[in-house]
Amino acid sequence: MTDTHSDYRLSQLDQLEAESIHIFREVAAEFEKPVLMFSGGKDSIVMLRLAEKAFYPAKIPFPVLQVDTGLDFPEVLATRDNWVNRLGVNLVVASIDDAIANGVVVDDGKTSRNRLQIGTLLNAIEENGFTAAFGGGRRDEEKARAKERVYSHRDEFGQWDPKNQRPELWSLYNGRLHAGEHMRIFPISNWTELDIWDYIGREGIEIPSIYFSHQRRVFERDGMLMSETPLNPTRPGEVIEERTVRFRTCGDITLTGCVESTASTIDEIIDEISVATLTERGATRGDDRFSEAAMEDRKKEGYF
Amino acid sequence: MSTVKSTQMDLLRFATAGSVDDGKSTLIGRLLLDSKSIFADQLEAVESTSKSKGYDYTDLALLTDGLRSEREQGITIDVAYRYFATPNRKFIIADTPGHVQYTRNMVTGASTADLGLVLVDARQGLTEQSRRHAVILSLLRVPHLVLAVNKMDLVDFSQEVYDKIHAEFTAFATKLNIPDLAVIPISALAGDNVVNRSENMPWYSGSTLMHHLENVHVASDRDLIDARFPVQYVIRPKSDEFHDYRGYAGMVAGGVLKPGDEVVVLPSGMTSKISRIDLFDKEIMEAFPPMSVTVHLEDDVDVSRGDMIARVKNAPQPSQDIDAMICWMSTTPLKPRQKLAIKHTTRTARVLVKDIQYRLDINTLHRDQDANELGVNEIGRVQLRTTVPLLCDPYSQNRTTGSFILIDEATGVTVGAGMINN
Repeated sequence: MTDTHSDYRLSQLDQLEAESIHIFREVAAEFEKPVLMFSGGKDSIVMLRLAEKAFYPAKIPFPVLQVDTGLDFPEVLATRDNWVNRLGVNLVVASIDDAIANGVVVDDGKTSRNRLQIGTLLNAIEENGFTAAFGGGRRDEEKARAKERVYSHRDEFGQWDPKNQRPELWSLYNGRLHAGEHMRIFPISNWTELDIWDYIGREGIEIPSIYFSHQRRVFERDGMLMSETPLNPTRPGEVIEERTVRFRTCGDITLTGCVESTASTIDEIIDEISVATLTERGATRGDDRFSEAAMEDRKKEGYF
Repeated sequence: MSTVKSTQMDLLRFATAGSVDDGKSTLIGRLLLDSKSIFADQLEAVESTSKSKGYDYTDLALLTDGLRSEREQGITIDVAYRYFATPNRKFIIADTPGHVQYTRNMVTGASTADLGLVLVDARQGLTEQSRRHAVILSLLRVPHLVLAVNKMDLVDFSQEVYDKIHAEFTAFATKLNIPDLAVIPISALAGDNVVNRSENMPWYSGSTLMHHLENVHVASDRDLIDARFPVQYVIRPKSDEFHDYRGYAGMVAGGVLKPGDEVVVLPSGMTSKISRIDLFDKEIMEAFPPMSVTVHLEDDVDVSRGDMIARVKNAPQPSQDIDAMICWMSTTPLKPRQKLAIKHTTRTARVLVKDIQYRLDINTLHRDQDANELGVNEIGRVQLRTTVPLLCDPYSQNRTTGSFILIDEATGVTVGAGMINN
């Protein structure tokens, strides 16, 4: 048995955990067919951990959905498989390549895979009849997310209407839907990047190795360090060199940059981000850089 | 660098109210900037936008404008949540706009707040709007209130101005439920008394805003006396290893639960004892708000979602007749004989609106007994009849078991927020 809390205090991280677990249980109780959207990144891994805790010792009562961009880091897929196997959850993979082959989305050669994820994801939600999809979005990540509800309603087209959100009061979540609509659920809305890392450290959670310092052959593009990969050929003038790097986010390998870092433990990563001067998305995500409202636009269309 | 990790920090949720003109966004920008919660790329974006708009200063307010349409129109549309931390405490700000849909948004932001921060412009003094904000915070039983008298630099840091606003507000606040009030003279633009003590106001001996936010005592705001455990989800693994496991999962809404406690399950009234409390894979000796735990009972009683576990001699009274203050949030007015869905703790039912007793004018606190409907953003006292008994406490005793939302059954939209009366 654990210690008695003689002063009845809960640390803020314990409060966040309790809130997230409450959200998972609420959704499992009220929605017919929830699914957890899993990217393999640290946020979605923390979500899986919270879902594990919410239903323990029962198995997580919903499947995990991953959009296979064909451009995922192999280390991320390996971690995903470890988690899925350990927890014994069902994994549903929605492949962008299949979606292109089936005409669900159109690859015009100009649209990034990140954009094609939207159609692929919405199609997977519709095909499987999922009514609630957990996402690992955090409100501290980006200005548009700061205004999003924990239960974020999507219409029949999967669209988010930021000006017409349902008010969300106390811890009373409204999960009412019409046929064809679904709800995006953000159980870690109130967590910050630092909370995520502290929690990973405290819980001893397995995350993809690319988050830790390693040697990698990289080149510089638009001020970001990108991985050498046949999926992302270098352009004239781009020089490949080996550097000591780590990733702050896990996304599409052609768009996700890394930072020079020697941080090889959770504590070192926490020290590093405590003094970081750039947001994790601003520093290393090409997909968020296209415009100041890039995230807002993708969210309206149905992005995570 | 801080040595306290977020694993040990405590948490303060606060709601801010005020309009752009009161300098609210500037103040929030200042809190984020001075607590080093702004990153260089965020600051650069704001600096470049300020320049492109032709400002000769960095408009910190731009840090908090989230949506493109807001940036284009220079207004704030909705409640936004912001985060910052000092070495001992993490803060979640529910930033609510002061003008458009203010009641709906403020009620939303205040519903989860430990503290409400109301801004007034020192030059204007108390306005109708600041009184309104204080009334809403009081109705929502936000236990701590800070009145920040902003733009003190524009009144020559005058003690007289501050004293007058202080006295006026204190007099007004006696009509409200505000257990803890602080009135702090600040300049958000220059930073006086925000994080650093102002040298311009030696006559003020109280805390700076940040010091107050860091030290206000919130742990005893919870009800640790009256045990309330709304059952959220029944965990039955049905696996070989946990064949007979049957746990009632939920978030503790009040009191302290311990193994051995004699409890009653409502509404059935069956009694049993708590045999065990689980927190993930560990057994714990005590559970208290807001922990999410799993409770086991000694006897095989019928318990399901929507039920409430309480102490035998201290349990809420199941009732189908609800007397509540309701904040209405739909453009279609609330009227007697209307039918709606209600969500109270983990229980969902239907309600019939029996009577609107009065509409509260939140500017004057006048009760209009002749009101026969509640329009959007109006607040009133309403009698409801529910299809099944709800297990309620007065909102003044417990903000979780005393609150509910009303849902339009046709549209599925949340149309009302309710606070149960004694």
